[in-house]
Amino acid sequence: MERYYQKDIECADREQIRAWQSEKLVRQVQHVWNDVPYYREKMKAAGVTPDDIRSVDDLHKLPFLSKADLRDSYPYGLLGCDLKKCVRIQSTSGTTGRRVVAFYTQHDIDLWEDCCARAITAAGGTDEDVCQVSYGYGLFTGGPGLNGGSHKVGCLTIPTSSGNTQRQIMFIRDLNTTILCCTPSYAAYLGESMKEMGLTPDQIPLKAGIFGAEAWSEEMRQDIQNTLGIKAYDIYGLTELSGPGVAFECSAQKGMHINEDHFIPEIIDPDTGEVLPEGSQGELVFTSLDKEAYPLIRYRTRDICTLTYEKCSCGRTHVRMGKPRGRSDDMLIIRGVNVFPSQIETVLLNNGYPANYQIIVDRVNNTDTLDIHVEMTPEMFTDQLGEVSRRQKELAEGMKSMLGIKANITLVSPKSIERSEGKAVRVIDRRKI
Amino acid sequence: MSVKQISVFLENRAGALESMTAVLGENKIDMRALSLAETKDFGIVRIIVDDVYEATTVLKEAGYVHTLTPVVVIAIPDEPGGLNRILKVFTKAGVNIEYMYAFLGGADAKHAYMVFRPDDTKAAASAAKSAGMRLVDQEDICRL
Repeated sequence: MERYYQKDIECADREQIRAWQSEKLVRQVQHVWNDVPYYREKMKAAGVTPDDIRSVDDLHKLPFLSKADLRDSYPYGLLGCDLKKCVRIQSTSGTTGRRVVAFYTQHDIDLWEDCCARAITAAGGTDEDVCQVSYGYGLFTGGPGLNGGSHKVGCLTIPTSSGNTQRQIMFIRDLNTTILCCTPSYAAYLGESMKEMGLTPDQIPLKAGIFGAEAWSEEMRQDIQNTLGIKAYDIYGLTELSGPGVAFECSAQKGMHINEDHFIPEIIDPDTGEVLPEGSQGELVFTSLDKEAYPLIRYRTRDICTLTYEKCSCGRTHVRMGKPRGRSDDMLIIRGVNVFPSQIETVLLNNGYPANYQIIVDRVNNTDTLDIHVEMTPEMFTDQLGEVSRRQKELAEGMKSMLGIKANITLVSPKSIERSEGKAVRVIDRRKI
Repeated sequence: MSVKQISVFLENRAGALESMTAVLGENKIDMRALSLAETKDFGIVRIIVDDVYEATTVLKEAGYVHTLTPVVVIAIPDEPGGLNRILKVFTKAGVNIEYMYAFLGGADAKHAYMVFRPDDTKAAASAAKSAGMRLVDQEDICRL
């Protein structure tokens, strides 16, 4: 039986959702106009005032916000309320350029945790569950978000944070953890470690996992589900918008329901900014509806995906987003061809290799080269050179047909590719452009 | 009658074979034979050792991917035509050899030892046996 955390909201009819959105949008736009000078200037430049925004139909009139806007206005430029009202900040991993710092009032945190609670409940969580949060705690939103959601559902929460794999496994076994929250690459690593210890899925108490914060393929999901003996649910979010829980998967595992009472999604053409019709693939854009401290209007996520308003078998009515094909900044352009790491992962898993890989892009004599380092496993190894080479060649052919360009496959020793306990470093781009 | 060969995956880079043999040396594993097959980025080192269980355990602990393969080891007289005689037996029996390598027999200077990886281990062993060839088993390997 499908469980809901806030059934009347999650299963509301479409007209009701639309009415909520229109009413809240008008309020949110008035809020940024009054309280966020940075965005007010953007609206003025675009010739829009709050009077032009009467319903969701007027959303397209508003200017976009990009990550560059968020960095430029660091730290307080997009703050929408008195600092006195704020109780928390969270921050993005900030591997390039300046960090983005997002502010939260207690109200903002409450709504964020509700979103996470919806996700945990959709994964079957109740107050009888033991929920181990192995996302990092700290500035990263993964740990704090799921921790709060888990409390709201009433699960016994184990805040292990990321890392210390032996301790993670000890808690899972000793305290009978039923729900695991972490990045998919860490879930795969935990699965691998438990398998090495000789644990079979029926000896692992876990029943569900909520995995997000990085792109992962359907094949990787199958892999994790089989190793851990669980159902693996995807979760989506951005620090800029609150954190995990902007969208989450239900038992149908066919796309993630966006919490539309808090966020309006749009799909746009990343080049022209034009809003695309339902079902089109394009860049995902979000408008927050309830945020006090860090309201964002038409924020461009750079995630490429599609939306579907089709009825879901779980009973929820909120729109579903497909798995992002990759963040537009994860996308590599190699010899003029768009390559997403998730495509490479799919080919690896289809050919029986683990999803532990590293992509090395370089430029030799003005031509891009693509090298994929893949770890050898006992399953893929034989004593015959010809057979190992044949499998290597088959993999290279699989890559060529998926990506449309040639990739060199290098087989490397097991565990020689660095395991990250947070987000995996998959791509090394050595091109100097 | 066959002997267990251990094949180990190695990256083709300086020091790869050195660190693997260090693991064996530190654990007092005695190698009887070794053969290496390589491509430009990886290699497969195949070894015959005195203690297969111990060797595979320490290799696994050290993180090496390996596999066990039954091979046929035959002692042949160290004289002209010695190898040709056994190969004739295999040809007659329709056994194809995937790869092979040789080692010398320590104290036994009269024989050379050939390691065969046939497509059909049983057929190869029985053909050699009925032709009166001297097959070597795992216990013999320890005594060599």
